[in-house]
Amino acid sequence: MTTVLEVRDLRVVFGGVTAVDGVSFSVDDGQLLGLIGPNGAGKTTVMRSITGIVRPTSGNILLDGQRVTGLPIHRRMRRGLALSQQLVRPFREMSVIENVAFAAGYRKTGNPLKSLVTFDWTQERARATELLAMVEISSYADADTGSVPLGVLKRLEVARALALDPKVLLLDEPLAGLNSNEAVTLGDTIKRLNGDGLTVVLIEHNLGEVMRICPRLVVLDNGRKIGDGPAQEVMADPDVRAAYLGTGAGGSHAAA
Amino acid sequence: MEDLLNAYDMSLIRTAAVMVIMALSLNLITGFCGQISLGHAAFMGVGAYTSVVLSINGVDFILGTLAGMALAGILGILVGLTSLRVRHDFLAITTMGIVFLFSGIVEQSSFLGDTDGLSGYPHPAYGDFAYMVMTILLAIAVMLLSIYIRRSWMGATFKSIGDDEDTARILGIDVSLYKLAAFVMGTSLAGLAGSLYAHQTTIIQAENFGFIESITVLSMVVFGGVGSIAGVTVAAIVLTLLPLWSQFIGDYKLLFYGGLLFLMMRFAPYGLAGIVVRLQRLVFRRTGDTG
Repeated sequence: MTTVLEVRDLRVVFGGVTAVDGVSFSVDDGQLLGLIGPNGAGKTTVMRSITGIVRPTSGNILLDGQRVTGLPIHRRMRRGLALSQQLVRPFREMSVIENVAFAAGYRKTGNPLKSLVTFDWTQERARATELLAMVEISSYADADTGSVPLGVLKRLEVARALALDPKVLLLDEPLAGLNSNEAVTLGDTIKRLNGDGLTVVLIEHNLGEVMRICPRLVVLDNGRKIGDGPAQEVMADPDVRAAYLGTGAGGSHAAA
Repeated sequence: MEDLLNAYDMSLIRTAAVMVIMALSLNLITGFCGQISLGHAAFMGVGAYTSVVLSINGVDFILGTLAGMALAGILGILVGLTSLRVRHDFLAITTMGIVFLFSGIVEQSSFLGDTDGLSGYPHPAYGDFAYMVMTILLAIAVMLLSIYIRRSWMGATFKSIGDDEDTARILGIDVSLYKLAAFVMGTSLAGLAGSLYAHQTTIIQAENFGFIESITVLSMVVFGGVGSIAGVTVAAIVLTLLPLWSQFIGDYKLLFYGGLLFLMMRFAPYGLAGIVVRLQRLVFRRTGDTG
């Protein structure tokens, strides 16, 4: 297995508060990794450091073995990252399919001069049609984004991220705000995408779904990594249980 | 045709055509790309002053106009760089500063005529009618250019940035580069409008390109419907001619434009284009009901 994404000794300090403290983990090609932890654990800050929204105080992010730490957001995305945002943010002036087709046109929008002399949307629309089918919202293709339910918009976020043909898909709480049925079906979709070979990093609060679909977990607490490994083993760890349940549920480690 | 129009009619049409170019040039920045600019008239001034100073020094009108567009575009990049650092209301305030900076510099520079402005400079020898036809053709060309841009992938990218630039970045868009592209195109076209304006009148002064003019152009874009090419064109023509036809509106121009800006923002944020779309929907719904 080759490592696609590596977070190396990441440290993020916001005005004296250490949000992430020396976190390292790597993601292999084809893995589905759940990045979990209680509120304030630093998951979102880690995700934002990977995408470039947050500039780490120290440490590195490597994509395909190349350091991307100093690169602006858009260049990281063009190197093979894609993000499905926690709060859905479709372009309101574009229909559902246009949102995906626009993202799929990333080769045409890489350079303003090229974009000025390019008009054809045929390939991008075809690709968008495939992706909408993949996330099962084909029937909403021509709908206005203002008039479709949240569950559809969450899937639209995923389809739009997939349109960038990413090496690693980052999903920031894709299930938040969905009812349990919707969460299960979107969980299935994520699992299927991973089964097709896509590498996925999933941040999610819905622990039931995480345990159901993620073979491997990385657990953060107070900005530090406290667990990393096969999901069942990690969740059986007393430290992880203590951090998660906040009850001191743990045995010797927690007490120590 | 030439006999049907008197000199005054032709000057009205020329002015309207120049303002169409001006409004569409701001529409590229504000309408397409979502970057507000309250200082757009300054770039018109740069185009006007550059081409006039060059024609005083014996440079051909067309070359002078191109130089005016280039200089306005270069300054546009500088202002565009500001837009990369600040957003929305801060950008509005920063761009507002540009017009005051422009007036300040012009009014302190003797080779730009100080506060008296520049007059008695050579005009192109085309004659009024040919000049009018040329401005109309250029206004149509800028309209076609706007339609072209809107339909290109660049237009779609502008739309994404205007809507949500953070998400555009997440989709791999180099937002900064696109914003600069919008500024350079919009400001160089304002430079074109400035040169055309200067050579159809006999005197230019800094106040012709000040804050009031900037607000006038912005109200054309807002009245027409931010981003709508047809709406902005119609609004530029109507709002240019109204104050010239009606003495009352002419006397209270600033109040009129200011009030219009307020009313449109409050009650019809999508401008004329939005009103037309709403009316169409209403009519279709009615016919749908009865049919």
